[in-house]
Amino acid sequence: MISSNLPALQVVIPLLGAVLAALVRRGRLAWLIALAVSWTMPVIAFALLRQVEAQGVVSYALGGWAPPLGIEYRVDLVSAYILILVSLMGALVMSYAPRSVASEIAPERQAWFYTMYLLCLTGLLGITITGDAFNAFVFLEVSSLSTYVLIALGRDRRALLSAYQYLIVGTIGATFYVIGVGLLYVMTGTLNLADIAARIGDVENIRPLLAALAFITVGISLKIALFPVHLWLPNAYAFAPSVVTIFLASTATKVAIYLLLRYLFSVFGVAFVFDDLPVTEILIALSVAAMLVASIVAVFQANVKRMLAYSSVAQIGYITLGIALATQTGLTGGIVHIFNHALMKAALFMAIGGIVFQTGIVRIEDMAGIGRRMPLTMGAFVIAGLALVGVPGTVGFVSKYYLVTAAVEQGFWWLAAIIVLSSLIALVYIGRVIEVAWFREPAAGIEAAREPPLEMLALTWIVTAAIVVLGFNTDLTAGIAGRAAEVLLAGMK
Amino acid sequence: MNVLGPLIDNFNYFIIIFLMVSGLYVVVARGNMIKKLVGLSLFQTSVYLLYLSPGKILGGTPPIIDENFQIYSNPLPHVLILTAIVVAIATLALGLALVLRINEEYGTIEEDEIFAAGDEDT
Repeated sequence: MISSNLPALQVVIPLLGAVLAALVRRGRLAWLIALAVSWTMPVIAFALLRQVEAQGVVSYALGGWAPPLGIEYRVDLVSAYILILVSLMGALVMSYAPRSVASEIAPERQAWFYTMYLLCLTGLLGITITGDAFNAFVFLEVSSLSTYVLIALGRDRRALLSAYQYLIVGTIGATFYVIGVGLLYVMTGTLNLADIAARIGDVENIRPLLAALAFITVGISLKIALFPVHLWLPNAYAFAPSVVTIFLASTATKVAIYLLLRYLFSVFGVAFVFDDLPVTEILIALSVAAMLVASIVAVFQANVKRMLAYSSVAQIGYITLGIALATQTGLTGGIVHIFNHALMKAALFMAIGGIVFQTGIVRIEDMAGIGRRMPLTMGAFVIAGLALVGVPGTVGFVSKYYLVTAAVEQGFWWLAAIIVLSSLIALVYIGRVIEVAWFREPAAGIEAAREPPLEMLALTWIVTAAIVVLGFNTDLTAGIAGRAAEVLLAGMK
Repeated sequence: MNVLGPLIDNFNYFIIIFLMVSGLYVVVARGNMIKKLVGLSLFQTSVYLLYLSPGKILGGTPPIIDENFQIYSNPLPHVLILTAIVVAIATLALGLALVLRINEEYGTIEEDEIFAAGDEDT
């Protein structure tokens, strides 16, 4: 009974949890609800992965209405992988959250904070699990609207401005997406993704399809923060509450990338997108620009959260690079980097969250000597930072190994060189923080700084440990990513 | 005549595109945060028409089975757009709430004045 309804429960439980959290109105109680829901999610996601491995694609007819007329929830290896990522990150972030939230958000707003978090989780899981184009739009907006609120809850007044700017850009992105879906619907007469994929070959006039592809790609790119349309991201990450930054950096853009993968590979198909159109060239150009320009901009940031946000834009470039190559190795590298980057940024932002909790410092210059006062926190930052650079023995090396291999396979030696160059720039900006934090005399303001509370420190180190363990033991992440890439390249048939 | 023919046949799409582009232009060109939201709403509204207008078939009736009628209009776009309208209202409400809070904090809703206020990077 329960096992056959898991796809619906994956979305319904956090949705009901959000309502419950709004009703209890007390921050502590709302947190307990959010925590319970957040830890239920990975259990369901892993159970779904086992079902997928046992029987192939899991298809769930919502409300008993058979697809393609009814809304279908559809879990294959790719969506199961992303579901696990999002739900696991949600669970870790909620375990980390209570004291950080209590210190950064006014007591009367805390229950609303958890409500919004749960709605955001609902939306992200919904986008990943649904097999219906319009349903994906609705979930996209559920997650986006709650994200705007979460960002606006930041202490700094610029958080409001960041939230407003993200609202404008995010809504334009979602509307572009829905225009694309509308064109697809007009041309194929269906909204079910698998059904669109089956009928798209019969469409004679392909110009509306090209328009649809363009609208959907640009719309989702705004959500991904792909290079030239990334400007909303640095401010949003910099001024949002610490917990929100951790959660968004490790899940939100990743889910948008999943949606892009779904459309490029499963709906439109590799032949249509990559063979007939110059999508590879465009995506490679944008990815390379992201990897270089955003990394260089990161070097010059004064605010450590903003620096890491620009680094995220650069890292998204690696992921889209893997997608652009559209080969087995490249796609594996891109998908595995979705997971690996989520881990790295979660660890980095968790460490920064600990520093903000204890000292309120976000400027790199003010962090002088903080490594001596908070060695465990900054130690985790160093390891996660080295993973960002791609040092062997960390997850960052695994992703870059696949990406470089994929580039060389295609004969793009210059691309391999750019990947290495971008990693070196990452070394510069991470090294800058390490230099200030470890090799300078502690500044007057941080004499009394201590390590953050146990649960924050523990969670930071759990994620950091995962970075190292999964860096040596690549079967789990790269193994599934490889099979997910096979599924994507085979198309949705 | 040949120039006007396709124009008249597809006039609904020209209206949609005009609304779409003018909405987007207002979002980009205006510095006033309320006006930006108005532009955004216009942009979203054009999408409703984009969905609704291909669903209507001239001479078609509402899709109620009756032996006197053979041609039915497609009802699905209406249902979809009902959802999209709700989403757009939520977006507009949240956007206006944010503008209200921004006005409280900064004392203005003009983007250039807010950027001129220049919060130093902290």
